[in-house]
Amino acid sequence: MTTDVTGTIFSSVPDKEGHFGLYGGKFVAETLMSALAELEVLYRQLADDEAFQRELDHDLAHFVGRPSPLYEAKRWSDRIGGARIYLKREDLNHTGAHKVNNTVGQALLARHMGKRRVIAETGAGQHGVATATIAARLGLECHVFMGEEDIRRQSTNVYRMKLLGATVVPVTSGSRTLKDAMNEAMRDWVTNVDDTFYIIGTVAGPHPYPMLVRDFQCVIGREARAQSLQQTGRLPDALVACVGGGSNAIGLFHPFLEDESVAMYGVEAGGHGLGSGEHAAPLSAGTPGVLHGNRTYLMQDEDGQIMHTHSVSAGLDYPGVGPEHSWLKDIGRVNYVTANDEEAMQAFHSLTRTEGIMPALETSHALAYAEKLAATMTPEQTIIVNLSGRGDKDINTVAEIDGINFQES
Amino acid sequence: MSRIAGRFQQLAAQGRKALIPYIVAGDPVATVTVPLMHALVAAGADMIELGVPFSDPMSEGPVIQKAHERALDNKIRLRDALAMVTEFRQHDVDTPVLLMGYANPIIRMGYAVFADLALEAGLDGLLTVDIPPEEVADVNAELHRVGMDNIFLVAPTTPDARIQAIADQASGFIYYVALKGVTGAGHLDSDDVAHHVGQIRSHTTLPVAVGFGIKDAASARRVGATAEGVVVGSALVEHIAAAAAAGGDNAALLQAGAGLIAEIRAGLDGIAS
Repeated sequence: MTTDVTGTIFSSVPDKEGHFGLYGGKFVAETLMSALAELEVLYRQLADDEAFQRELDHDLAHFVGRPSPLYEAKRWSDRIGGARIYLKREDLNHTGAHKVNNTVGQALLARHMGKRRVIAETGAGQHGVATATIAARLGLECHVFMGEEDIRRQSTNVYRMKLLGATVVPVTSGSRTLKDAMNEAMRDWVTNVDDTFYIIGTVAGPHPYPMLVRDFQCVIGREARAQSLQQTGRLPDALVACVGGGSNAIGLFHPFLEDESVAMYGVEAGGHGLGSGEHAAPLSAGTPGVLHGNRTYLMQDEDGQIMHTHSVSAGLDYPGVGPEHSWLKDIGRVNYVTANDEEAMQAFHSLTRTEGIMPALETSHALAYAEKLAATMTPEQTIIVNLSGRGDKDINTVAEIDGINFQES
Repeated sequence: MSRIAGRFQQLAAQGRKALIPYIVAGDPVATVTVPLMHALVAAGADMIELGVPFSDPMSEGPVIQKAHERALDNKIRLRDALAMVTEFRQHDVDTPVLLMGYANPIIRMGYAVFADLALEAGLDGLLTVDIPPEEVADVNAELHRVGMDNIFLVAPTTPDARIQAIADQASGFIYYVALKGVTGAGHLDSDDVAHHVGQIRSHTTLPVAVGFGIKDAASARRVGATAEGVVVGSALVEHIAAAAAAGGDNAALLQAGAGLIAEIRAGLDGIAS
């Protein structure tokens, strides 16, 4: 087994209490501890169960549409003039983002546990849609918690969830965004823990969620690694993915962690710029603490209160980050950087115009950084960007920023 | 012996149950908290549980969530809550006080700094919602250094074997959460509470206090029949908030809070109708 410079075996985390070095763990109310233990036991059984894996692979192939292509963005790369950029097309998955890889997996777990009701939190609405979708397919009752501010920003996704039969519960507490939706989902879970499965959408939350969501999302990196070898005959020189909670990034990065030649960049939301204080970049500008069941880097004030965050993209507008990212930052395996709102908007337009691919605003942060990075590299080098989601959901936000007033009829 | 253990021993000798009101430090106004603590004691409280405001109170129902928001708007933080304990101690050296809150403000302050400040303030115990026994070693080392109790929650979903692991880390008393849910929710099933309290007793000699769902004298008396104490939170917070919403001054808030606690005290002591 290969180890990195610090001697860490990447497959050895988390430990049995869910720790990634100093991070992770299970910081939740006692009422939930037995449900987490039950989930962990079941997951560890099923992870080694061939029938379960066959069922999951079948769903990923025939319902999600995997494998997703690895696509060379030729015109965009030419225009930037540097490394060749390949896009891992998670936007082509059913429901339009990487989120479904995880919801399909967790819904199978819910079914194995005999839970008839699923709940989820959502920011941009992609995880909510992916959860509502799988709930419709399996005939499960579905409640999605969403901040009022995000409901406004992502109205088309709200309507999609309703069409799929889910109940969308508006959350009016705190900053009315993803963090508050997660608080409310936790409150629902603690109340209905007997019959409810909480489908967490990112690699955060109490153990075993960061581990199992990572495992379900690793299909992205496994495919990308094989596709890179097949298409270019070599591994990529760099990987780039946006990081909110960090599930698409960990999914791409994890299968490459032991490939020392592959550099990795997690791109956080710089909002109006790190200096403005209005951003959502805990790894770049935060400090470690405990929120939503795990120890991780957080945006917090000197008294340990969680700060309001800002990002143009609802899906990155979160003050925490998955604990494995905190660990990967501290050991130096992944570089965490930022792209601000304006840079993300430019990348959105740039990719849309040169490749005919409209990325999600979350993804646009990764693209913005990839543009800068590619320009410093040579045409013999390659970068894989995780194109984590499509941008259809964001057209209202984009139009508003660009000052376009169209009436929906 | 800690002030908390001493108080339970004293109550047991008198054949009485502990009445433990919960309020949030700085809610609804910062100036009312310390006088309110005294008023609650005068009305029959045996111990005070002071909530530390947090931006993301995940285990709270709407009533206490709003109390946290009001307290934060009043700029009350962990240090201010500790200062309130200091102020309370100037006139009351007998009544145990514990802080109830979430992990992050304490982690941010640092466990050692917190323990030193808590000792200096005259605090007796800490109850964190989100530091389970698996994660508690570091904080307990500091709390034990200064002789502070760490109060743990046991839930209806806690398996038997786990109760032992919790009891091994706990001191002062065990807090039994009577409901699956957030604070202020639902209705109590006293038989179910009695069953779980009995289960806890098979693992520990620590006193058991029951919280979540105790709203009035009747529910307090039912629970008091099986446990050593009851915690009253949402009902009290709501009562005081209603007085504030009606335009009441601090004296009116004290009266509202003390009135409810006096009623519940009477119920617990079995002298109410």
